[in-house]
Amino acid sequence: MSLDRVDGLDKLSGKSAFVDDLTVPGCLFGGTIRSPVARGRIRKIHFSTAVDWSDFVIVDHRDIPGSNEVALIESDQPALASTNVRHLHEPVLLLAHSKLHRLREGLRSIRVEIEAAPPLFDVEAQPTKEMLQHGSDNVFKRIDIRKGDPASVFAKASRVIEGTYRTGSQEHVYLETQGMIAHQEGETLVVRGSMQCPYYILDALTIAFDRPKERFRVIQCPLGGGFGGKEEYPSVVAIHAALLAEKAGRPVKIIYDRQEDMAVTTKRHPSRVRHRTAVDDDGIILAMEIDILFDGGAYVTLSPVVLSRGTLHATGPYRCDHVHVHGEAKLTNSPPYGAFRGFGAPQTLFAIERHMDVIARDLGLDPGELRRRNLLCQGDTLATGQKVQDGVDLTALLARGEELAGVSLATQEYAAFNRSHPYLRRGVGRATFYHGAGFTGSGETHLASEVWVEGLADGRVRLLTAQTDMGQGTMTILAQIAGETLSVDPRSIEVVTPDTSLVPNSGPTVASRTAMVVGKLIEDGCRELQRILDSGSGPPSGKDFQNALELHHRENPGDLLRVSRSYQTPPGQNWDEVSYQGDAYACYSWAAHLAHVEVDLRTFQVRVTDYVALQEVGRVLNEVLARGQIQGGVAQGLGWTLLEEVILENGAMKNHQMMNYIIPGSGDLSPIRVFFEEIPSPSGPGGAKGIGELPLDGPAPAIINAVCHALSASIREIPLTPEVLMEFLGGKE
Amino acid sequence: MSHFDLTLELNGKKVTRKIPLRSRLLDALRYDFGLTGTKEGCGEGECGACTVLLSGRPVNSCLVLARQAEGCKVETVESTSTETLRRLNATGTSQCGACTPGIVMTARWLCDNPQTLDLMSLREFMSGNLCRCTGYDGVLSGIECLLDQEEGES
Amino acid sequence: MRVLTPSGLDHALALLAEFESSLTPLAGGTDLLVSWPHQNSDEVGFLDLSPLRAEHSAPRLEQDALVLSMLTTYWDVIASEEVRTEFPLLLAAALKVGAVQIQSAGTWAGNIANGSPAADGVPVLMAYGAEVVLRSTRGEVRVPLDRYYLGYKQSVRALDQLIVEIRVPRRKREIEWFHKVGARFAQAISKLGVAVTRDETGHRVVVNSVAPTVVRCRALEDHLDQGGKIESVEQVRALLSFDIAPIDDIRSTSRYRESVLSRLLYFYLRKANLRKANG
Ligand SMILES: Cc1cc2nc3c(=O)[nH]c(=O)nc-3n(C[C@H](O)[C@H](O)[C@H](O)COP(=O)(O)OP(=O)(O)OC[C@H]3O[C@@H](n4cnc5c(N)ncnc54)[C@H](O)[C@@H]3O)c2cc1C
Ligand code: FES
Ligand code: FES
Repeated sequence: MSLDRVDGLDKLSGKSAFVDDLTVPGCLFGGTIRSPVARGRIRKIHFSTAVDWSDFVIVDHRDIPGSNEVALIESDQPALASTNVRHLHEPVLLLAHSKLHRLREGLRSIRVEIEAAPPLFDVEAQPTKEMLQHGSDNVFKRIDIRKGDPASVFAKASRVIEGTYRTGSQEHVYLETQGMIAHQEGETLVVRGSMQCPYYILDALTIAFDRPKERFRVIQCPLGGGFGGKEEYPSVVAIHAALLAEKAGRPVKIIYDRQEDMAVTTKRHPSRVRHRTAVDDDGIILAMEIDILFDGGAYVTLSPVVLSRGTLHATGPYRCDHVHVHGEAKLTNSPPYGAFRGFGAPQTLFAIERHMDVIARDLGLDPGELRRRNLLCQGDTLATGQKVQDGVDLTALLARGEELAGVSLATQEYAAFNRSHPYLRRGVGRATFYHGAGFTGSGETHLASEVWVEGLADGRVRLLTAQTDMGQGTMTILAQIAGETLSVDPRSIEVVTPDTSLVPNSGPTVASRTAMVVGKLIEDGCRELQRILDSGSGPPSGKDFQNALELHHRENPGDLLRVSRSYQTPPGQNWDEVSYQGDAYACYSWAAHLAHVEVDLRTFQVRVTDYVALQEVGRVLNEVLARGQIQGGVAQGLGWTLLEEVILENGAMKNHQMMNYIIPGSGDLSPIRVFFEEIPSPSGPGGAKGIGELPLDGPAPAIINAVCHALSASIREIPLTPEVLMEFLGGKE
Repeated sequence: MSHFDLTLELNGKKVTRKIPLRSRLLDALRYDFGLTGTKEGCGEGECGACTVLLSGRPVNSCLVLARQAEGCKVETVESTSTETLRRLNATGTSQCGACTPGIVMTARWLCDNPQTLDLMSLREFMSGNLCRCTGYDGVLSGIECLLDQEEGES
Repeated sequence: MRVLTPSGLDHALALLAEFESSLTPLAGGTDLLVSWPHQNSDEVGFLDLSPLRAEHSAPRLEQDALVLSMLTTYWDVIASEEVRTEFPLLLAAALKVGAVQIQSAGTWAGNIANGSPAADGVPVLMAYGAEVVLRSTRGEVRVPLDRYYLGYKQSVRALDQLIVEIRVPRRKREIEWFHKVGARFAQAISKLGVAVTRDETGHRVVVNSVAPTVVRCRALEDHLDQGGKIESVEQVRALLSFDIAPIDDIRSTSRYRESVLSRLLYFYLRKANLRKANG
């Protein structure tokens, strides 16, 4: 069943009010003064004498009532730099004014004088003593996953294939930029804005202001896209807006414009992954050694968990008894890298999936065949020892993908075409991969998400969660899950917009966890509601449910019929955070993506001419939404692969305009053909699994494998811009 | 002179407001006429989120001074018929909705000028409206559905 | 900030004569108003040409020339069947400028006057042998477009002059071709672009984004006019090197520009030569 998006008409008509659409009487506009250098010590802040500063509100680190930090995993990132700065554009001072153009004038008229220190931009370089800025070695996080005894296998192996793969950063370019409004309401500081995780912001505010949670209220506005970019960064904007509002005694609105947003906010972690693989003559993988390095940027933020997901996906969906995965996330003086759809997995999956093609070429094997010989089967174990038990037949999945994409015919045709065409080359490539749904390891257990389901007097049901709808359809999906469970019209289900004073903490809207984890709690909550209303003739559903609900309220006037449901670790799921052994994820989604490309050797432009995305994501809850998630993710992945280059200058994005940072337009894509294999999963509601991040994993390896096929080349780096491809081919005709 | 009286024929109604001279048409619509359906995605003319119909042509309202629109007809997303919205919703035209009002306006113009597609494909025609969520397939099928409808009627 | 609104062309020219150094003509605004909130508006004075649109936007065909008016937009060309049929390169270039929103606001005159070396409207006009008509209260002059630019963002236009017309001669052409390379299919500033024509006056090869202004590749044109053969990418590159001087910038590299331009021209001219030989 496909319920039309419940908030769709409001979005289409522009009625959905994003944070910048709200008018707040007496509101000031806030802005940020930032560090002009990548590393150094603040000497002095110069205020131009040409400006009358008396009607500006000015905030610096001394105005922070609590701890000067943006609380997350660690507390190293200051909300406003006090003595040292670690990256270009680091916030130093805040300004607010009632007139936007005066604010801009103010922002232009302040100069931060800094005694510069040498910055570190090359994450691969061994840091000298002078460059150490975090611990004894600048390493934010180090992870090792071990299985079997790879060293002894390598010692005996006759064939060892190596490769080093690199991926660039990526900017989210959610179409709505970051923004927050803060104002005082009695004793309470109210912050509303564009955010994925209201409770992250609540935590960050309590620490920065050193006040109990009850003194804050965080409200989520409709979101104009997030993709991870509004997971941790909004805490910075929220703290800033709240500081200004408190000092001004008036509401303050901070809206980043596009250039500021692109220059200063988090981006995808750049990566370098090295593979060493022992294979036998039939192409069976005997041992894998994988060394991962992520550039974390200037502060820890979420790098440890991004790295974690990266390491857990590094081996790809292949059987191997002897594995060592080593991962590090390290400091550089770039603005912190952060959450981005896929969360570390697209980087390591690019490496393994490219490496599989490299191995196939080395052995003279068809890349599909090499995969078939190594794909995981039911009951096999991953590097962490977790048993695969999702019921999916990966070999069949790949075969179906190859058939849908017409691989065997195309391969023949392309060979002839490529021999005869003066400058066009065609190729086809594939990637097989998986994506763990929900938080890593014991993350969900720690979170202990809670949802409420309320039965209202008028027979309707209200859902209260902290889950945000950033376009992926949270409200629709949750309403649909409740509607299906209760057999009532999903349009009669009210999904409450997250507001920390109203909804329980059901965790952040990240990690493809909403439909699966939170949806499951909603499903359970609805069932519990049915049990409560069961008058002996079984749990009521449909019209009976609504009647029972109304009856209950007539008999118990004023009763708050609210069911609370909290996450329980599924029995038998074990995870050891220290050894990285056990069940890393409750379940996985699986996919085979295939790309056809045409390369123009006049211009070195690559065009994806056909894209097949086949995935097993459990039961598909809403076909239109699911297809939209896959297509949007593939488009984003295609951009990361071919078009989107974050050009760094002093560690930060130089091309911070949409004019110079190229995301795909409609003309750059061909139809993205989406297919599902549906094996109901016990983990999610109605058999669903996670879907949101999976599609980002496939495009990079599938497309680059296709380019390599077209050109008989071995490209190991993205983004593959035409300039890079030209240099790679060395002007070869 | 830092302000002036701007008169527009806005969504079929004649309206006048005193607005700052420096305002873009986008600012005037959003902050002075209270029509926040038109969104700002970039302020550089790249994304098309701010598309409105000015004198019957689709333009980026972030690249027009309000002053330039004096006396002109302006159509914004707020004047879209419910039927059009409903059709677009069924195909997944919108996800987050930030690019959407601009897409709706470009699509509405196309429905009035379908002969444009003799010169280019729909995919090519829509390339001035960037969307980060949908990968465009949902958008294009929504518009195709509108075009089919128009054709059926004429 | 100041915005002046003329009542007609003569008034516009009079205003420009009076305030020349402090007034900037504002046409479609697709160059001038990019990132407007970042500009310090206090220092800006505009001469808003929009009131003249009704009278000065339709392109017209005269006996010997197509006349693009002061405010003719890309879309005006796209929408005109007679113009796009007779001048296919104008259509090709117009379709490659931004996308529909830019095409319906941006003007050909603005493209020329803005003086960007990456302008896409200029190569095709230059390849068609267009003339720019400049007018001021002092009178009117016609300048061939290939003599309009003096250097990066420098031109013969005096501050009191407006481009009032662009005249494109109606000639029979034997070949005509335009190719733009941008970072994406549409809505992308040129990394490089090239227009080629051959008519009774000879070959014209005009390129953008590879020199401080849009330029004609005279050495290559001469070679072609003299019946020279096209033998290799290297040969084309060598001939181009007399006229182009590409640089590295945020959009591409000089090596890429030079190499791709040579390749595009090599493959195109080879094919055109073959066609000539065969036909
Ligand atoms: C998103 C986007 C995409 C773009 N893509 C392209 C592209 O692909 N290719 C391309 O070439 N350009 C592109 N441009 C640039 C721009 O659209 C073109 O240069 C356009 O032709 C400018 O015309 P306009 O009328 O908007 O000029 P305006 O911005 O109004 O003016 C530009 C300049 O010309 C002067 N001027 C205007 N008219 C006259 C006149 N009659 N006499 C004297 N001076 C005059 C102005 O004073 C100003 O200096 C793009 C711009 C944007 C925002
Ligand atoms: S906001 Fe106008 S085009 Fe992006
Ligand atoms: S729907 Fe989010 S940008 Fe298009």
